[in-house]
Amino acid sequence: MPTKIEKDAITGKTTTGHEWDGIKELNTPLPKWWLYILYACIAWAAVWAIIYPSFPGLSGHFRGTSNWTQRQAIAEDMARARAEQAPFLDRIRAASLDEVRQNPDLLTYAMAGGRVAFADNCSACHGSGGQGARGGFPALVDDDWIWGGSLETIHSIILHGIRNTQDPDARISQMPAYGGGVLSRAQINDVAEHVLSQSGRSTDVAAAGRGAVVYAENCVACHGEKGEGVRDVGGPRLNDPIWLYGGTKAEIVAQIANPRMGVMPPWAGRLDEATMKMLAVYVHTLGGGE
Amino acid sequence: MVSDSATVVGFGERTRSRAPDYVEDVVRAFVVATVFWGVVGFLMGTLIAWQLAFPLLNLDLEYTTFGRLRPVHTSAVIFAFGGNALIGTSLYVVQRTCRARLFGGPEAGWFLFFGYQTFIVLAALGYVMGVSSGKEYAEPEWYVDLFLTVVWVIYLVVFMGTIMKREEPHIYVANWFYLAFIITIAMLHIGNNLQLPVSFGGSKSYGVPAGVQDAMIQWWYGHNAVGFFLTAGFLGMMYYFIPKQANRPVYSYRLSIVHFWSLIFLYIWAGPHHLHYTALPDWAQTLGMIFSVMLWMPSWGGMINGIMTLSGAWDKLRTDPGLRFSVTSVAFYGMSTFEGPVMSIKAVNALSHYTDWTIGHVHSGAMGWVGFITFGALYYLVPVLWKRPGLYSSRLAAWHFWIATLGIVLYITAMWVSGIMQGLMWRAYDEYGFLQYSFIETVAAMHPYYVIRATGGILYLTGALIMVYNLWKTITGAEQVAEARPVLAAQAAE
Repeated sequence: MPTKIEKDAITGKTTTGHEWDGIKELNTPLPKWWLYILYACIAWAAVWAIIYPSFPGLSGHFRGTSNWTQRQAIAEDMARARAEQAPFLDRIRAASLDEVRQNPDLLTYAMAGGRVAFADNCSACHGSGGQGARGGFPALVDDDWIWGGSLETIHSIILHGIRNTQDPDARISQMPAYGGGVLSRAQINDVAEHVLSQSGRSTDVAAAGRGAVVYAENCVACHGEKGEGVRDVGGPRLNDPIWLYGGTKAEIVAQIANPRMGVMPPWAGRLDEATMKMLAVYVHTLGGGE
Repeated sequence: MVSDSATVVGFGERTRSRAPDYVEDVVRAFVVATVFWGVVGFLMGTLIAWQLAFPLLNLDLEYTTFGRLRPVHTSAVIFAFGGNALIGTSLYVVQRTCRARLFGGPEAGWFLFFGYQTFIVLAALGYVMGVSSGKEYAEPEWYVDLFLTVVWVIYLVVFMGTIMKREEPHIYVANWFYLAFIITIAMLHIGNNLQLPVSFGGSKSYGVPAGVQDAMIQWWYGHNAVGFFLTAGFLGMMYYFIPKQANRPVYSYRLSIVHFWSLIFLYIWAGPHHLHYTALPDWAQTLGMIFSVMLWMPSWGGMINGIMTLSGAWDKLRTDPGLRFSVTSVAFYGMSTFEGPVMSIKAVNALSHYTDWTIGHVHSGAMGWVGFITFGALYYLVPVLWKRPGLYSSRLAAWHFWIATLGIVLYITAMWVSGIMQGLMWRAYDEYGFLQYSFIETVAAMHPYYVIRATGGILYLTGALIMVYNLWKTITGAEQVAEARPVLAAQAAE
């Protein structure tokens, strides 16, 4: 179709003379402000490309006049942050756990550092406030300690963990599975009644009585005569209302028949020495430190 | 004005007398698919937004977890809703502006339609079943990728073929953008999906490049999917439907040339800005940033041409809700193409990266620009394609507009606040040099904004459902008797 340049009545501009399905185009020049900002952006980009590392070459790349690299920038940032924290962290490294707890300055510092380290590393299993979770994640805010609640014990568990394969010093305790023929169903039922009776919750006195015999033969070594637990071997206390895997009869039966046992990783090597000390002090203060 | 409109009418009559037999059944099918997948995509988005606020809604089923439904949402919106809108409108626009019947005829068109819908269903089924290549916006596994490649090549042939047999001497600007979209997506799709299946008959594959090269190719793809799918493609849509709805000439032919070529040239380099402060070499990060900043004005060229085309027709915004969508979409386009370069600056990115700010940015583009320009086109196209005198209800379209706009505003502002808050919380130190907040505290702090965002999603979805009703009533309403073209009818009334 022939080119037919027209004048647009509203804008006073001419058209380009083309038309597609009724659509025409005005021959308006580029807006000046648009063009100048485009040029300014290009100029800014050119300057930036000269200052900072930019174009690649066959071997390496143009490093820019500033010689800036992100590796060096982060290294400097980290070094500055470490230098600022060094005085306190050095004192914490040098001090014993008890000294950290006794010194108000160090304690305040350790609480701040321990809180954030706990939140980022421990809260996934132990809860954001240390409240623990059902399914084998012990609460740290109470005074019911499986392995002990002294500063040293807490610190050592943080370092080496529990039942993991990475650290030879990890604490190991293993409850045998009593299901599958080791104990009969009736015996397991009786032991469960006996365990319930330790916290005064048994509903079947006869069964609990029979269970006491089985308990004495199989459970006492780790859980204690009255179910008070044995910390040296990590046998949890049974005569209180605190349960790792639930305290209903069915849950206790399941745990006797086929016990579940949690794993805690070692943190030595993942967290630095001062951080683990601060964590120990922080956890110790959560509720029931001994 | 009178003489001007008279020439248009005259031209329209001449076109009608010798217009080719355009393939429109296929375009109608694409329009229906666009609306359908749009609702699916918005519904999925709203659902996963509520899942983020209330994790219980994951339903504890692997098929309905956020991780599997999120790609269903993004693919449904970008590729199903956006893709059907782009293919449908491009087939409509290329025939009209070339005055040529679709190359390959209805057969090629229907192959394209069913092929593309099959691709969508195959991809979505894979996501829900846990089959994913793990690459954002390129999650389909190798067998779906191969299938899409065939469909896409046919699309390119159909589109190019129609342009080559055109009766107009020049190629209209909308077709430049559509063609750039089709060619570049083909290149990106193949480049980012060079994968080797692990086994015969198995769905799992691994990409050929590894490590940082893989990451760079992924974001070269990811960013240009935004650039050429969601920007160039929809600019093609804008260049046809805004002048049509406004019935005004395009503001500047020269601007369209300069901003087209500068956009095409600059966009392809900007991908590294997705990998700031990573293992990506410093020089690549610098280039990604400066090319993104240079991209600001080329992007805005489209906004200027879109908005300034309305000079002399601003009054139509009061009466034409379709045009109102189109123009508002261009405003959102301008906003997010300014926000993008700002966020690509490393100092800003250090704060914004990995936060909800990015999600807000994407959604001002997707809901505001892509969604609204498509709604505008749909409100124009449906009466034209089904030969109806006009929309069933302009009032309902106006309700759609205001509800959806409110939804977007709630969404974007919630994500700005939560994203910037999140970024600031991550970098906050206490007086002893320890991080002030743990990660979980930042998550808890975002909860109220997640609820606001999800509420915005409900509003946006509600608007879309109003549109479905309105378009349905339009299609099932009485056929137009006198005039074939509502725009011309309106002019005749003037």
